[in-house]
Amino acid sequence: MCAVRDLTKTYPAVRGRRGTPATPEVRATDGVDVDIRRGEIFGLLGPNGAGKTTLVRQLTGLMRPDRGSVEILGHDIVRHPERAARILAYLGQESSALDELTVSLAAETTGRLRGLDVRSARSERDAVLDELGLTALASRPLKKLSGGQRRLACFASALVGARPFLVLDEPTTGMDPVARRAVWGAVDRRRAEHGTTVLLVTHNVIEAETVLDRVAVLDRGRVIACDTPSGLKEQVAGEVRVELVWRERAPLDVPEVAALRDRAVESGRRWALRLAPEEARAAVAAVTGGAAFAALDDFTLATPSLEDVYLALGGSAGNVRGLVKT
Amino acid sequence: MSVVPAEVLPGSAVAQRDRVTVAEGGVRAVAELGARARLWPALAAVYRAQLSRARVARIPLLFVATFQSVGIMVLMRGVVDGGGEARAVVAGSSVLVVAFVALNLLAQYFGQLRASGGLDHYATLPVPPAAVVLGAAAAYASFTVPGTLVTAVVGCVLFQLPLTHLWILAAVIPLAGAALAGLGAALGLLAPRPELATLLGQLGMSAALLLGVLPPDRLPTVVQYARDLLPSTYGVEAFGLTFGADPDWGVVLLDLAVCAGVGVASLAVATWAYRRAAVR
Repeated sequence: MCAVRDLTKTYPAVRGRRGTPATPEVRATDGVDVDIRRGEIFGLLGPNGAGKTTLVRQLTGLMRPDRGSVEILGHDIVRHPERAARILAYLGQESSALDELTVSLAAETTGRLRGLDVRSARSERDAVLDELGLTALASRPLKKLSGGQRRLACFASALVGARPFLVLDEPTTGMDPVARRAVWGAVDRRRAEHGTTVLLVTHNVIEAETVLDRVAVLDRGRVIACDTPSGLKEQVAGEVRVELVWRERAPLDVPEVAALRDRAVESGRRWALRLAPEEARAAVAAVTGGAAFAALDDFTLATPSLEDVYLALGGSAGNVRGLVKT
Repeated sequence: MSVVPAEVLPGSAVAQRDRVTVAEGGVRAVAELGARARLWPALAAVYRAQLSRARVARIPLLFVATFQSVGIMVLMRGVVDGGGEARAVVAGSSVLVVAFVALNLLAQYFGQLRASGGLDHYATLPVPPAAVVLGAAAAYASFTVPGTLVTAVVGCVLFQLPLTHLWILAAVIPLAGAALAGLGAALGLLAPRPELATLLGQLGMSAALLLGVLPPDRLPTVVQYARDLLPSTYGVEAFGLTFGADPDWGVVLLDLAVCAGVGVASLAVATWAYRRAAVR
């Protein structure tokens, strides 16, 4: 339903001026191929600067690619960018166009600008605000709301005037669990009733694991992996994640512990290791018996998460530890 | 929505597109597009939304605009002594309110909207660019109505001018408003940075202040040419003429026609600038 082929966009180099350093040419998306199927929640995962937003801007007709094609529901978006607005609803990261409107007027106006007449814009507005639990805030300007509430109000605007394809750029940033649940509930209802397709941009790995059907991992403008979350995890299935928390510091005088140190990612008293199952067993045996046990505060054994997958795929050269803070 | 068969087939995107267009009969390959917002309903929706912003954000600024113009007239009362100069001062101060709001504030608004990425919201809705620009321009021109009226009435009382032909404001405000708001929107959308948009808006308003309020006879020739280039001048001239005992309506109409012409041109430029800013 949405096919992206060889999509490439290069931002030109910027000459440095006083106060602003020069930036070299950046290839924000580099030959991206993606297929999104009808009715699925497809995720774009990657660190800041991986090219997620650039890719989305090209899909929504906001930016022309240098090369490549985008086809959504049979329409060529590169050639006819104006058609994107009639196929998809886009929730961007910025709310400045709606900030000074009330929640109710923001939703109604957006509906009218999606071609609804006054009456249906109002009835859809009421239905969506009710569905998302925003009715009590309807007469408040977005500016006066908390970050999560404002995000939810913008999400409401994106839903008024239904579209078969929702493109959501970090929709749940700053939301409390209740609001998050409202968002995913609303998405699921539209998927079940209308077969709505969702493209979700995120760098929240935990959310990605729970809501996505398939995920493409982006790094430096390239898709480095694309599969279901569990399929991606199978790529590192041979490994187990071991976390050790020491009481004060690691007992390096124990030879087994000293040997583990080279393979651990250390953060304070916490060590994270990816080990083969038998190695993990040996490591746990070593730290839970004998001298090391006295220094051990806690330990966990877990199957790999999407974050481990990301690291195993070699995302962003070593210095970036992961996508979320642990 | 059955583009799936076309997608699963290997091959280049071009080949796929051909296949999609070739597909006929039972299989509907290309999905129907959603509705498009038509110009006037979309314009009305944008206008209404923009007007409501005034309640939250603009009322203090409207007071500033009015007090500024009234203050200038009070100052000028010591300098000019009735007659043609008084007419120029009152007309200039009234139109200055329009310049402050429609040119300066609208340039700032669009400059900030563009810089913050707020234009993406409109650009991803199926709305004609003209509806966004005209809706915002019309709303900002409407904000100027109370301030302009108050300034004109206070001015007439201060300088003992007749209130008879104040109805001409019903034509002056929308036409000068269109010209200045179009200019403001174009400046805001074309300026590469929001600070520049603010600066240009302020400069435009300063020009309207100096060239519009000061009686033209006292200005040097070069400045008089500059005055002729400013669209607000024609609104000022048209309004100023109507204070006379027997106004020359032909000239008034001509001046208003210039405003209208500049308005159409500048709004067209602003619409073009919006398209350019929306898709980068």
